[in-house]
Amino acid sequence: MMKAYHENRPSNWARLGGAVTSEWLAQAEAAVAEQTSLPSSGSSPFFSVIQEFNVWRSKPDLAEAVAAIKALTAAIQRSEATTMMGLEKDLKIASDALKAWDPTSISLSAGCDLFMCYVTRTSALEYEDIEVGKARLIERGEQIGDISLKARKTIAMLGQDFIRDGSTILTHGFSRVVLSILKLAAANKKHFSVVCTEGRPDSTGLQMAKEMVAIGVPITLIIDSAVAYTMESVDMLLVGADGVVESGGIINMIGTYQAAMVARSMNKPVYVAAESYKFARMYPLDQKAMFPSSRQVDFHYPLPSAVQVEFSSRDYTPPQYLTLLFTDLGVFTPSAVSDELIQLYL
Amino acid sequence: MDSRRGSRFVIDPKIRQVGFVPAGCESENPNASSAVAAIANVDVNPTSDSPSPVMIPPRLADPLPRAAPLPVPSPPPRKHTSVEIPLQGSYNPTDSVLGTSPPFSPASNGRYAGVPSSEGPDLSPSFVSRASSAMEGMSLREDHLGSPSASRFATVGEYAMFKQQQPQQPATAVTKVYASSLPQEPVQSFAPVGKEDSSKPLKERTTKAERRAKQEADREAKRIAKESAGAKVVEGEARASSNVVGKASRAQSQKKDSASEKRLSAVEKASEKEKKKEIPAPRMQFDDQSRVAKAKKRALIEQTETKHRVELFRHLPQFVYGAQLPSLEAKFFHDDAMHPHPAVYQVGLQYLTGDITGGNARCIAMLSAFKELIKDYCTPRERTLIRDLTARVNNNVSFLTTCRPLCISMGNAIRFLKTRIAKLQLTLSESDAKSLIIAEIDRFMQEKINYADNEITKLAVTKIKDGDVILTYGSSCVVETIILHAFSLGKKFRVVIVDSRPKLEGKGLLRRLLGRGISCTYSHINAVTYIIQEVNKVFLGASSILSNGTVYSRVGSASVAMVANAFHVPVMICCETYKFHERVQLDSICFNELGDPDALVKIPGRKGLSELEGWSQSSHLKLLNLMYDVMPADYVSMIITELGMVPPTSVPVILREYRKDPILENFATFGKDSNPIKFFRASLEYYRAC
Repeated sequence: MMKAYHENRPSNWARLGGAVTSEWLAQAEAAVAEQTSLPSSGSSPFFSVIQEFNVWRSKPDLAEAVAAIKALTAAIQRSEATTMMGLEKDLKIASDALKAWDPTSISLSAGCDLFMCYVTRTSALEYEDIEVGKARLIERGEQIGDISLKARKTIAMLGQDFIRDGSTILTHGFSRVVLSILKLAAANKKHFSVVCTEGRPDSTGLQMAKEMVAIGVPITLIIDSAVAYTMESVDMLLVGADGVVESGGIINMIGTYQAAMVARSMNKPVYVAAESYKFARMYPLDQKAMFPSSRQVDFHYPLPSAVQVEFSSRDYTPPQYLTLLFTDLGVFTPSAVSDELIQLYL
Repeated sequence: MDSRRGSRFVIDPKIRQVGFVPAGCESENPNASSAVAAIANVDVNPTSDSPSPVMIPPRLADPLPRAAPLPVPSPPPRKHTSVEIPLQGSYNPTDSVLGTSPPFSPASNGRYAGVPSSEGPDLSPSFVSRASSAMEGMSLREDHLGSPSASRFATVGEYAMFKQQQPQQPATAVTKVYASSLPQEPVQSFAPVGKEDSSKPLKERTTKAERRAKQEADREAKRIAKESAGAKVVEGEARASSNVVGKASRAQSQKKDSASEKRLSAVEKASEKEKKKEIPAPRMQFDDQSRVAKAKKRALIEQTETKHRVELFRHLPQFVYGAQLPSLEAKFFHDDAMHPHPAVYQVGLQYLTGDITGGNARCIAMLSAFKELIKDYCTPRERTLIRDLTARVNNNVSFLTTCRPLCISMGNAIRFLKTRIAKLQLTLSESDAKSLIIAEIDRFMQEKINYADNEITKLAVTKIKDGDVILTYGSSCVVETIILHAFSLGKKFRVVIVDSRPKLEGKGLLRRLLGRGISCTYSHINAVTYIIQEVNKVFLGASSILSNGTVYSRVGSASVAMVANAFHVPVMICCETYKFHERVQLDSICFNELGDPDALVKIPGRKGLSELEGWSQSSHLKLLNLMYDVMPADYVSMIITELGMVPPTSVPVILREYRKDPILENFATFGKDSNPIKFFRASLEYYRAC
């Protein structure tokens, strides 16, 4: 079953243009079941959670958060706790382990939090019978996994309305959500062109350019420092997000902040496409407030040792620079994010 | 902060310059002053963007009714004596923002005085409304600058009409005050006292809302009658102007309502009741002489009001400090029904003398006193506990109010207490009911104040990093705990305490922080623009946070926040959610508290301040010692509550989600054993340090 799933995946993708089908979902779920039925190699619960997570993560087009949600669902299934409290405790351990695995990832921890909240806030924990409660938790876990899987498609549906014929869209970095919006818009026979930044240091823009060429959208590649130069010929800025924080701002690949600032100062709309599982309960006040996530930068020249290099790979864009956020819960203003978060977590 | 916080420069304090006008100007022309008083009754549209109410060219009225000479009985011109009528006091934007009552059009705002009512039959309501609509454009500021001249009116005819109306100014202008209020304020003690009440003493005292609705209906009825009689009233204009100045004509028709009120159909009465529910009880406006007089009769403390009050703040109580104590002692055992419980009395005195200050401390003191009150309470014969206890609490609250105006958090606490009392089951025995209420009060204090403070401290500490320079203004107990806690965690940071006269509250904080060995810088607010450059975080407390994200806090906080915002220093407001309020406030005028003006004059340790000695004798000097100010949400980076850290735009969300009051609802369903921690568990568990 696992094998079938992996074999089918690429073809599914090619055929359906990235759309998630129930068939694929079924396969994915079956894969989970298969995985859980295997005897776990490590006896400690979080070891296998990480393993589980890595299995899921290795699948392309599956977001980290969704992988975490899937892994946590599997963790419930495998839990040997005999009480609901024990189960919750197991889940907590698993979730903490996942978060600790990559503390820099916002969507991972947000996904874990969301899962914990969504799953444990049900009355499931008050079930007397452990089996019934467990089944209920798994059900809810799969529910949320399902929602998250469909999120990208929902966002594409919502976001493509904002793309008009003849518009030019500036993107920064590679985002699968942004890509799905652009793909859907192209599939709907909209004529638009894309300007894409190079996205140093890991050249994510090149990847974007490749994808655009594949769907036949005119693409211009610019270097990161040409954002302001290009801005006057651009109609909107469309970016993805690593995380959406409580203030309504976003954390994204470095350079997003300056692109948003330039766009804002030229009165171009700044749109952010982000799934709701990226909504994180954090509130950065400045750029330094985030957990540092560094990335090696290649400067092509040997540097004197006295030179310090800033390696940060992402920045925080405050809400006042954003126009709208496309999420699977709807199209939001930045202030609505906090509203959703409060409703979600409190 | 465009999309979510549109730039709100409209509300910038441009309006404030209106107020500070020497007293001399208004008495130059007695005729004019009465005219001004009459005009001041007309509303100024608060939603207009103009910095100060600027003269709007009066709209051209239909010449027909004006052409007809008015057969007005002309009493001898009477010098208008009531200087206390607010010259520009009609500014009160709260109402228009609240917009609860249908009779209020959004364009018209709250407070207005009745237009000089004439008995002449020719002054139909629509006519009056037109006349006043011609006057509505009068600039309030210009009112002070000189007497109204004919040039202000579009035509000579209007001016003539205006002149004719002047002598008809009634001896006591019936000032109607509509203002939103803290719901906790004892309504019955400040029941509206209008002129019509004295004319119909037997009639059941109606509330303002009822009367207003009645007047509305009256006016409509009259208009219809007029139309059918074939009077040449241009209906459209009457309607159009009624939007803006309709209230004036309502006040006009006030006197005649006894005749026409029979026409009210049952349907209208039902709608009246609905309206009554929607409209919040009026807050006491201290520029309303008759009501102040009434209130004084009831008051336990004899408050002497200071003579020279700043125009813009006349609606706020301003008492001579220190004059109350003797009369208090004299009156203590005087009135048995009214006198407060000893514990409440003690707390009230402590408020009065300033022994208890600070929102949380005052609230806790008040609640503890109410606990004592309830402990000692026993229901009189033939009474029910729910009603009688509520009345008793109301009495005590009104006593506390006379000692010092309540702050919004206390208002919320009182509202909570009253709701708890009202929700008591009738079947409960008295002792059970009492212990239940006491337990509720305890829980409120525990959960909403103590627990909340702990949570806020935990959250806020995560925002303090090594090497930070933290600025705080005045003395907020929450901020103090945060700083102490962060220090005890071993964080290395420096504190800048900004302080201001006359209270110099920061000194106490400074002493306490220094006692712990925290390195501090002390500065006055004059130097804030300099000191802010070395600061990287600003922590402030708040007296209240209003639903548009406005922070209502100690006077000076807004300046600090503004400066911090200009320097891109994040401003964090630490505030418990029980201090949140649904109201929206755009300026610091309509709701505020006035401190002792003498505190501005007296500088401790300094002698020979002869310029200001005996200032109260000079009519040219008015001192303004404001206690609070209002900080727009734009300046606030974050609000730290026990529910988490939220942007100021989320205050209405918290109000919406929690003012349904989880405590109330949950305790109602689960009884008193329900675990309050449950509500915060989510935030506890899922809060993660950024």
